[in-house]
Amino acid sequence: MGAADGRTRRRREPGILSNSGWDMWATLSLESRFESIEIAERALVDLFGEAGVGGDEEYWILTALREAIANAIRHGHHGRPEESVRVDYRVEADLVSITVVDQGEGFDPAVIPDPRDAENLLKPCGRGIFYMRRFMDEVAFRRGPDGGTMVCMNRKLTPRPIKE
Amino acid sequence: MKQQIRDAGDVRIISLSGKITIGAGDVMLRELINESLEAGSTKVLLDLGGITAIDSSGIGEMVASYTSAKNRGAQLKLVNLSKKINDILQVTQLITVFDVFDNETEAVESFG
Repeated sequence: MGAADGRTRRRREPGILSNSGWDMWATLSLESRFESIEIAERALVDLFGEAGVGGDEEYWILTALREAIANAIRHGHHGRPEESVRVDYRVEADLVSITVVDQGEGFDPAVIPDPRDAENLLKPCGRGIFYMRRFMDEVAFRRGPDGGTMVCMNRKLTPRPIKE
Repeated sequence: MKQQIRDAGDVRIISLSGKITIGAGDVMLRELINESLEAGSTKVLLDLGGITAIDSSGIGEMVASYTSAKNRGAQLKLVNLSKKINDILQVTQLITVFDVFDNETEAVESFG
């Protein structure tokens, strides 16, 4: 298997411009390497290309995606490449949802310090989750189905013309 | 990430382009600044005009480099930040830590 084993499924109902007429999703299973972040990013850019999402909105969502996967690789798997990171994307007319699941030991998000506090401002790490929360509307941390951490993020999308 | 290094008087200017992200530029950034500091530069200007993306690891390396420079009695300043990099620094309040300039001449002169 290469760095990624993914599948993309798209379902659209042409001519229906309501929110329910637009729904695309993709799943990737990635090796736990930093190079995989690029693959995950390209997959979302492809979906966004189809969905007409771009500009700043795309940029900030990609930033959150990168942080979530980097956390899975670095903190979830501690650099063990044999572990895998699963990424699920769903792009609807007005919402993008991203789930990142690792196979690590999990962590308590309540103990994550605020990087803006004076005592943390000059620390070299500890900003990833802050950026995810800042650039997505909702970020939830749960226990994954097989252990590990499952990060569920979503963000409302700016209204745009639906492609036929 | 690509880099170009030159001197303007006693100011070492490191111009970067591409991404400063985990595993793709973050470590290189640290090494570039450390090499300049170890070579005796006390005035280092980081030109981020060509940077298309930066993540928390890249920001972390910038902060670590800032601290490292300060501890050696050197200064690290930033110039040509895109609006997005400016936003990234704003939201974590790091914009209050770094000296940030809009153009190189102004930045070089600020070192005195």
